Amino acid sequence: MKDRKQLVVSAIKDGTVIDHIPAKELFRVIDILGLDHIENQITFGTNLDSEKLEKKGIMKLSGVFFKQEDLDRIALVAPDVKVNIIRDYEVVEKKVVEIPERIERIVKCVNPMCITNQEEVRTKFDLVTRHPVSIKCYYCEKITDANSMEIISSG
Amino acid sequence: MVGKSLVSIDDYSKEDYLKILELSAKYEKNPKQNILQGYVIATLFFEPSTRTRLSFESAVNQLGGRIIGFSDSGTTSASKGETLSDAIRIVSNYSDLIVMRHPVEGSARWASEMATVPIINAGDGANQHPTQTLLDMYSIKKTQGTLEGLEIFMVGDLKYGRTVHSLLMAMSKFKTTFHFISPDELKMPDEYKQHLDALGLKYHEHKDFTDIIAEADILYMTRVQKERFSDPIEYERVKNVYILKNEMLENTKKNLKVLHPLPRVNEITVDVDENKKAYYFTQARNGVYARQAIITSILGLNK
Ligand SMILES: [Zn+2]
Repeated sequence: MKDRKQLVVSAIKDGTVIDHIPAKELFRVIDILGLDHIENQITFGTNLDSEKLEKKGIMKLSGVFFKQEDLDRIALVAPDVKVNIIRDYEVVEKKVVEIPERIERIVKCVNPMCITNQEEVRTKFDLVTRHPVSIKCYYCEKITDANSMEIISSG
Repeated sequence: MVGKSLVSIDDYSKEDYLKILELSAKYEKNPKQNILQGYVIATLFFEPSTRTRLSFESAVNQLGGRIIGFSDSGTTSASKGETLSDAIRIVSNYSDLIVMRHPVEGSARWASEMATVPIINAGDGANQHPTQTLLDMYSIKKTQGTLEGLEIFMVGDLKYGRTVHSLLMAMSKFKTTFHFISPDELKMPDEYKQHLDALGLKYHEHKDFTDIIAEADILYMTRVQKERFSDPIEYERVKNVYILKNEMLENTKKNLKVLHPLPRVNEITVDVDENKKAYYFTQARNGVYARQAIITSILGLNK
């Protein structure tokens, strides 16, 4: 079993492996982490079978290491990812992600009358509840919840 | 408070509210002073609201301050595509404090980040209008002698009415019992009821108020607007239920006062105006004193 997985996504020497990404959120995770702007080698797998998720995605980023606060940004769409830090083909550290108390830029405010949707103003939210996630706009004070959450970009 | 913007009613603590109300009473006793001499206050009304603007300008003028500003964005650079942040940065250079009203929600908070002088939010769309709340509280304190433990009845559009939401948030710090009287479509949103639940405060919901206002200390009326209804037939059915008529005040408490943020359309019949319990015109006058207290507190002029 393990060997077959290796065929799908090959191992990296140094870098970061992000596993258990819900397959439908893979592209939003790429966007949030700004991976379309970096030149490192990245391998993706998606629609893989998973025990916990319906279909999962995985990505291996060679030579890329994230600050925890940057990783935490993906918790909005992929709260259950497992992050492994790889040094010399070995997992040297395991991380999980947590939605930060203050969320900047990545989410669009649900309120069309909000200043962030009317002028070039970066969005800013305070976390209200984690499960299910709801966040309050710093500007218009409206709540954006999991159902209405729209990711804008990596910024 | 000194040097800080007032954007949302939550920007102030219970102690801040009480300090403003105490100062409002001082300014009511002595509204004409020269305390703002040499100060320039900008009033930027990106949407017209004559009543609110006049109240602020009267407050400043009576204290000897100068006003610059505009009252309709049609006459300003905003209509030429200048951003709000540019306008605010520029006006910051010309004034000691900016009072602004803008139709976009969150615009005042954004302006407070861009400005180098304090901002007072005089209404940002459906979001916040904190000086209205403070003048409402001043009116309540003045007529009831206290803010603690009152029975406040809110009538009309409780879903979209920003004044009732802000008043609820502020008065929830004073052990208030709330009564919400509204049509089904315009009920008080859950988030406010949850807020009261979390504080252990009591509230009651009703669909009409003919027989239940005997207990009220404050009757806070708002307008039920046709455009808020998805079903026009439903509007026609309920539109007369939320109108206060003079005879309804007959068996109410002596200390009851009827408040309304104004402008009124038909939700309070004119025969109520002569009743001693009608307080909405005095409430509007109180707005001048409350705004004097707020402006001078932010400028640090109250020794
Ligand atoms: Zn917003």
